[in-house]
Amino acid sequence: MDGARHGSEKLAALTALDAGLVGCRHCTRVWPADTEVCPRCGGGLQSRDPTSLQRVWAWWLVGLLFYIPANLYPMLITRTVGLASDATIVGGVIELMHHGAYAVAGIVFFASVMIPVGKFIAIGYLAVMVRRSRGYRPRHMLHLFEIVEFIGRWSMIDVFVVAILVALVQFNLIATINPGIAAVCFALSVVFTMLSALSFDSRRIWDEIEIISDESAS
Amino acid sequence: MDGADPAALEDLICCPVCDALHVVDEIPDGIRLRCVRCRTVIAVGRPEAILRIVTLAATSLVLMTIVIFYPFLQLRNGVFTSRASVFETVMSFSEGIMAPLSIAVAFFVIILPVGRLAAILWALGPLAIERAPLPCAALMLRLSETVKPWAMAEIFMVGVAVALVKLADLATLSMGPAFWSFAAIVFITALQDTQMSKHSIWTALDTAAKNSPR
Repeated sequence: MDGARHGSEKLAALTALDAGLVGCRHCTRVWPADTEVCPRCGGGLQSRDPTSLQRVWAWWLVGLLFYIPANLYPMLITRTVGLASDATIVGGVIELMHHGAYAVAGIVFFASVMIPVGKFIAIGYLAVMVRRSRGYRPRHMLHLFEIVEFIGRWSMIDVFVVAILVALVQFNLIATINPGIAAVCFALSVVFTMLSALSFDSRRIWDEIEIISDESAS
Repeated sequence: MDGADPAALEDLICCPVCDALHVVDEIPDGIRLRCVRCRTVIAVGRPEAILRIVTLAATSLVLMTIVIFYPFLQLRNGVFTSRASVFETVMSFSEGIMAPLSIAVAFFVIILPVGRLAAILWALGPLAIERAPLPCAALMLRLSETVKPWAMAEIFMVGVAVALVKLADLATLSMGPAFWSFAAIVFITALQDTQMSKHSIWTALDTAAKNSPR
C-alpha cells in the first residue's frame, strides 16, 4: 500500500536547501542557511556535506582491503586432543552444514558473506550514482541506503561467535579454541564499511532521485 | 533564541534522511508522521513517550549489571565444566595481537550499550519526573543517537545462538541467569527504540528547559 504511493509524482519535495534553510540531522530543527551549529542540540549543521564522497570511498577501500585476508586466514583454531584444525569463515559455514544445522549455517553465511559483499556493491553503486546519474531508475535505489545502513552491523555476528567459543571452550587437554587472525581482519572490515555508510550523506541520494524523476516525467 | 524568523521556523521539521520540509503543529495521539518523500518516521504523537523511554532505559540498565558479571553460558563435557560471563567473553581476545579486538568487543557489547542507556537517563530522566533538565542534557541526547549503530547487544545474542549450535555435539550447554536478562534487554531496547522520535523528544527537552527558571 505504501509502495504504490512511491510513484514518480511523490518524489519531488520542498527541501530545506531549496527553501534557503538548513535542517539539523540530529534533532530535525530547521535554521537559516548560514547557521553553523544547531542552537538547540549543539550538533554541526551542513546543508550538503561536500567531503562526504571522499570519506565514503576511503573507508570503503580500507574495508575491502581487510575483507580479503578475513576470508583467506583462519577464523578459529581448534585443538582437540593435540590435533589442531583451522576454520575460515566459509569453512565454518560448511562445517555447520555437516552438523545438519542448515538454518544457522544460513544465518552465518548471510551475515558474514552476503551482507559484506552486498554492502560493498551497494555503497559503491550509490557513490557512483550520486556523482553521475544518467540512465538509472530511481525506484531501484529508494531505500537501498537505509537497508545498507541498518543491516551492516549484523555482520559482527561471526566475531562475537568466535569470542564466545574462545571464552567457553577452554578444557586444557581435551579441547581449546583460539581466535585466528581473520577475526581481527573481519571485525575491522565491518567497522570500516559501517564508517563508510555513516559518512554517506543520504540527502544527496534524494536530491539525485528527485532530479531523475523530474527528467523522466518531462 | 536567535535567527532570522525563529517563530516561523519552530513549526518546521526537516527530514534527517532526505531533507524534505514539513509543517507540523499538534500531532494526534498514536499517529506516526512519515516523511512525504522517503517515508521515514519523523514524529510520533505519544504524550507519555518520555516516561516510557525512561522506564525502559532504567530497566535495561539494572538488567545490564546482572548480565555483565553472572555467567550466561555453562558448558559441561564429562567432568569438565566451564562457564563464561559476558565479561570473560569480552576478555577472550585479550592475549597478544588480539588485544585491540578485545577492547572493541567490550565497547560494542558492554560499554556503548550501557553508556547509551545512561545518557538517555541523564537527558530525559528529569523530564519524566517533571524537573528541570540536568546540564549537558542536549549533548547527552545527541551522543545517545550517535552511538546507536555501534551498540550491538542484540547482535551478540544471535552470536550466542550460533555458538550454541556449534558446540551442541562437543558438550552439554546450559544457559545461566545472565542469558535470560540479556534476552530481556534486547527485547526492551527494541521496544524503547519504537518510542523514540527525534522531534518529540527534542521538543519535550526544549519545553522543559524553557519552563524551568535558570
